[in-house]
Amino acid sequence: MSIKPTPRVRVPANAKVGEIIEIKTLISHEMESGQRKDAAGATIPRRIISKMTAAFDGKVVFEANWHPAISANPYQSFFYKAATSGEFTFTWKDDDGSEYVSKNKLTVA
Amino acid sequence: MRMSRHGVSRRQAMIGATATAFAAMLAPRMSVASEATVAEEIKKLYSDRKMLDGKIKLDLPQIAENGLVVPVNIEVDSPMTEADHVKTVHIFADGNPLPGIVSYTFSPACGKAAAATRMRLAQTQNIICIAEMSNGTLHMAKAEVKVTIGGCGG
Repeated sequence: MSIKPTPRVRVPANAKVGEIIEIKTLISHEMESGQRKDAAGATIPRRIISKMTAAFDGKVVFEANWHPAISANPYQSFFYKAATSGEFTFTWKDDDGSEYVSKNKLTVA
Repeated sequence: MRMSRHGVSRRQAMIGATATAFAAMLAPRMSVASEATVAEEIKKLYSDRKMLDGKIKLDLPQIAENGLVVPVNIEVDSPMTEADHVKTVHIFADGNPLPGIVSYTFSPACGKAAAATRMRLAQTQNIICIAEMSNGTLHMAKAEVKVTIGGCGG
């Protein structure tokens, strides 16, 4: 593993009540599919991020279960209907058990 | 072009060699999911429940030059209220080593049942998208993506 997974999330800082905002996320990760072979012909073991979860103030609002067919440095966008001010918690679960977390605040006026 | 003694220029020989290498690269060399394996996966999830048309907008490139990064955009037509929303969306491919691409779980808090990501495609194949609504109905959409260079290098 040569790169340390770093999440990058774009959430608008402010939104109006009822406004549907787009959330864009990206995390650096090789997403090793388990299908590739190394120079010696041995299969390189699978290691992907299999789950990405978005929660708002502790309540899960969106979840993506990724299969090995998701590209390296996986990108995911989705929508959220702003209601109250609060904080998003984005969690990525790696095959090796690690979790990568990003927290982003949203102010609703 | 200067010809060698054997009548084949070096350039022509190089072109020939490159073409052979390309053919070898494109030849299938791994087990591949098929329409049948995708149908099996769907059956595992939803047995033989009826699939309706419509409601799903599956936004894919017609031709993907690079199979390693193919954008896939879905949008399901739904008011996204407590009473009527999209619960899950599954995306499958019938020409990859494994049939699954991604499964989304939506909630009414999303406001809009839409999501976008990027996938790997090993070859030209069909993308199948199934959406399950909160009232239990299922919708299906299918689209083909032509892939110029496959995205499952070995």
